[in-house]
Amino acid sequence: MVVLAAAALAAAAWAAFTPVTFASREEAFEIPKGTWARRMAGNKVEILPSRVYLTLGIRDVLLLKNLDDVPQIFGPTLMMPGQSFRLPFEMASSYQFACTAHASGQMTVVVDARPDTPWRRLVWRTRRIFRVIA
Amino acid sequence: MRYAAGIVLLLACMLLPVAAQPAEADALKAGVFNPAREAPDFSVDGSDGAALSLRHFRGKVVVLGFGYTSCPNVCPATLAVLAMAHRKLGTLGSQVKVIYLTVDPERDSAGRLKQYLASFDPAFVGGTGTAAQMEAVRKSYGVTAERHGTGKDYAVAHSSFVYLITRDGKLRALMPFGHKADDYVHDISMLLN
Repeated sequence: MVVLAAAALAAAAWAAFTPVTFASREEAFEIPKGTWARRMAGNKVEILPSRVYLTLGIRDVLLLKNLDDVPQIFGPTLMMPGQSFRLPFEMASSYQFACTAHASGQMTVVVDARPDTPWRRLVWRTRRIFRVIA
Repeated sequence: MRYAAGIVLLLACMLLPVAAQPAEADALKAGVFNPAREAPDFSVDGSDGAALSLRHFRGKVVVLGFGYTSCPNVCPATLAVLAMAHRKLGTLGSQVKVIYLTVDPERDSAGRLKQYLASFDPAFVGGTGTAAQMEAVRKSYGVTAERHGTGKDYAVAHSSFVYLITRDGKLRALMPFGHKADDYVHDISMLLN
């Protein structure tokens, strides 16, 4: 019991005091080549999740790339073949975008505040675990 | 007692902020297309009574929005922000053209657009045309517009982005709804330079 409690405390201390870092501030999604052809053949192809989570100051840029041979509505915008769209966020909020690539016709980008204190880092990491599980 | 002091110290440490990463001051606030493509041209009826097409404004930065005069919230908010940004640009404002194309050509005549836009900024120009014309323009920009309701008081749910087009006619950036006038001033100034 004591060992478990100590392990939990150590995990919480790590989650609280280890800085949150990513190699890049960009959360990137790509439409692979051939996506349009696969859709036309009747295959359901989901590339972009209906809900994307970002965090200010750490991973706060949505990067969309169209690697297919045809224009695509991807996220909030029409993108030409080979084009990318880089959208930075500066305010924590929930952003709704119309997106015809989704069955719901909508895409949500949730931008969390920067976890700049140990307590917020702990909350941020805990929330992230629950989002992965959900 | 020592343990209690230790816990209090730990909790205090957990509330301390850490140094923030520097912001990317040289980047546009808007979403950026790479590479920038040629902005789709259009030819519609201008609210000033003349034909309105994008190519007429080569040499200026064009701020292009889509909306309608009966819009209850998004359009008035967007146009108010654009008007403020235009004022804040001062003399640079003469190198910028704000174009607002209707997504409701059935109700938005050129005269109605002119009167509506003038209440925000007389320099703004609106565009309207046949339903087919306006739909083609929307399609070329990836703008959606969907009619809701029946009768004369219907609403139109539409994309709320504003496009930023460079002096040489390239569709460079897309500003999502909700940005402040200062963000527009920042980005337009960068595009002008």
